[in-house]
Amino acid sequence: MIIALLKGLFLMIWKVLGDQPDPKADFLAALPEALRVLASVVLSVVPIMVTFPLLFAITTLLERKGLGRIQNRLGPNRVGPCGIFQPIADGLKMITKEDIVPRNADQLVHFLAPIALVIPTFLAYAVLPFGRHLVPINLDAGILFFFAVGASTELSVFMAGWSSRNKYSLLGAMRAIAQMISYEIPLIISTVTVIMLAGSLSLVDIVAKQTGFVGGILPHWNVFTPWGFAGFVMFLIASLAESNRSPFDLPEAESEIIAGHLTEYSGFKYALFFLAEYLGMFAVSGLAVTLFLGGWSAPLPYLDWMPTYVWFMAKLMAIVCLFIWIRGTLPRLRVDQLLNFAWKFMLPMSLLNLVVAAIWHFTSVWSFPGELAARWLLCAAMIAIPYVWLGRALSGDKKSTLRIYRFAD
Amino acid sequence: MNLTFAILAALTVVSAIAAMSLRNLVHCALCVAVTFGGLAALYLKLGAPFVGWAQVLIYVGAVAILIVFAILLTRSDAPAQPVVSKSWVAGIAVALLVFGVLTRAVMTSEITIQQPPAKPEPTVLKIGTELMTRYVLPLEATGLLLTAATIGAVIIALQEPVSKRKNVAGSSNTEQAGGASPAPNPPIPGGHV
Amino acid sequence: MLGEGILKGLVETGRNFFGSYHDPGRMTTVQFPEEKVPAKENARNFPFLVFDGNDPMAGLRCVACQICEKECPPQCIYIVKDAAKKPDYVGKLQFQPKVFDIDVSVCMSCQICVEVCPFEAIKMDTHFELSNTDRFGGLLQDKHKLAKSNDYYRKIHPTDAAEVDARLAAEKAKIEAKAKADAEAKAKAKEAAAAAPKPAPPTPTKPAA
Repeated sequence: MIIALLKGLFLMIWKVLGDQPDPKADFLAALPEALRVLASVVLSVVPIMVTFPLLFAITTLLERKGLGRIQNRLGPNRVGPCGIFQPIADGLKMITKEDIVPRNADQLVHFLAPIALVIPTFLAYAVLPFGRHLVPINLDAGILFFFAVGASTELSVFMAGWSSRNKYSLLGAMRAIAQMISYEIPLIISTVTVIMLAGSLSLVDIVAKQTGFVGGILPHWNVFTPWGFAGFVMFLIASLAESNRSPFDLPEAESEIIAGHLTEYSGFKYALFFLAEYLGMFAVSGLAVTLFLGGWSAPLPYLDWMPTYVWFMAKLMAIVCLFIWIRGTLPRLRVDQLLNFAWKFMLPMSLLNLVVAAIWHFTSVWSFPGELAARWLLCAAMIAIPYVWLGRALSGDKKSTLRIYRFAD
Repeated sequence: MNLTFAILAALTVVSAIAAMSLRNLVHCALCVAVTFGGLAALYLKLGAPFVGWAQVLIYVGAVAILIVFAILLTRSDAPAQPVVSKSWVAGIAVALLVFGVLTRAVMTSEITIQQPPAKPEPTVLKIGTELMTRYVLPLEATGLLLTAATIGAVIIALQEPVSKRKNVAGSSNTEQAGGASPAPNPPIPGGHV
Repeated sequence: MLGEGILKGLVETGRNFFGSYHDPGRMTTVQFPEEKVPAKENARNFPFLVFDGNDPMAGLRCVACQICEKECPPQCIYIVKDAAKKPDYVGKLQFQPKVFDIDVSVCMSCQICVEVCPFEAIKMDTHFELSNTDRFGGLLQDKHKLAKSNDYYRKIHPTDAAEVDARLAAEKAKIEAKAKADAEAKAKAKEAAAAAPKPAPPTPTKPAA
């Protein structure tokens, strides 16, 4: 039996690496009947729980080195060659730090808040299709599940802020929740455009609709349509706000409100919050890749030989690098600027995007020559003109001019 | 009556009881959120994934937060209420009466005689189609109701600062252009905080 | 147009990122213990005592006049005069310090001791890697630790050292010239005295009879 198990294990790894269907079948067949469900679940969950925290460690290093280079300095480079053991040093530091809980704090809620944040964040990975045959669960209502567990994380932010019995924590938590709620709406509405045109809430179906190539060269991804591009941009902005990243990191910026709802957390609990923030970022990036960038499909038809999970991870890391780049570039938004942007700009634009996606769908029955260009022009104009107009209307009379200092030279 | 149902039901009932009987109001709100989660799990067990996840998204993700915000912004330093109210005898009597009426109504209806109907396949596609064809009127009516509620909330939140500002502005600065109305505050608690 | 500034900003940071690999203007980090930024000439950190020649104690310029001790604002200098004297750079016998301590943890690098020293004996050093594990006496520097040669002074402050050297050399030359002139005058006087016609000894002449 041990031999059958080892053979099943080897075949499973071989099939996963080779992108073949049904990798777990041989291993599970070698197990007794009662253990099969449990083993199947464990085999689906353990790779995710190993890969994404590892990716988190790599991303912290990448972010520090990348931000350093953007800011004309080297990042950490002392701990290993080019600083590659820096995440291990950080992890050791976080684990061995003293765990201070304020005496007045609500002990149970204070303890449960990081757990209540990390669990839904890990749950969100259950529906992402990492490869052609690598989706943990193919839920019929996949996107709904993803947003449901994403919304559960907001409650834990409140728990963290309130249980610390600290007015700054509470203020930070209120701001964080207000921000997350406000940006959930453009996030979900940009997703609804994709759902509308794919006709299904299941992420596997959405990716399946984006395989194939237009004209043999251009991939059929959603980002290459006008509504898809606008939706992608809005999804990225909203996901930056959902995961509290720059420029929307007001809730946890040190110069703003100490650390907001994280003020009274130290040591491993802080590491858990940090982990949950980055995992949330990976999850929404994964969703962005799935919805708009074609999931696991290759960009060009002759690049099909590379396994699909490599493409997924490459696109995920590209979006993460874009997030790091944006963090290094933009200053932080104030809370009223944040909320104005969400309600006055993002919400109307996302509703408009919904209408444009519908128009794109209904004009797909056109069949005169040059119809693609005509549809593109129509839909792009319907998005671009209100964008420019709304941008002008909302910035009012404020023009950013060169600053003149009266006394300094 | 299998084990999963027993556990989920126990969890839901215990957290509902805790939500009623805890001293600290925010703890009660968090227990209500756990109750919602238990309900969602029961929906999932019944084979209705859409309703289950929608329950999590809406109740845990929005309603629980609404409850929590309401508690925080209105009664942060109210003293802890006594757990058992003074008229507990009358309360128990009324509860037993309502339970008795409901049980009798359910037991004497046709449900105990009829066969349960064939279980439909509750795919999201089917739900969506039904919502858009057979149940479109209730859907639109609900949408209208929600829109009215949102607009009403905005108006209620908006009134006070505008009138206050008009009083102050009218008395002090008269050279403001008539068309430059003060920009309304965003109707989000975070904006006020 | 909305978003234009953001795109321009992204281009600029992208340029910074890629430029930091090949353009020294975009990567200005100096990795400290391995690479050092050369100190500027006017840098100063804590004082040191200058000595001429090779022997630190014999060539020490300090004459223990104690002016710097009196002028030091935080009073971090402690001097004990030695009874024995030693010759200075022109050969004149001067006092010397038996004990000359500067507590570098107290010193505030104000340079007043340098400004008031009449003998160009104490100057400001640029050495800053002075950290020590001894909390109580590790930063108390005695005269052996403080004494550094004039060559070192020339290396760290070339212009000042050149000026000081020129001045001291001029002083020395003047003193030597004066000494030479004195010696010459003395020799001349002696010579004149020797070569001058001897004052006629009173010849015992008969009184004229």
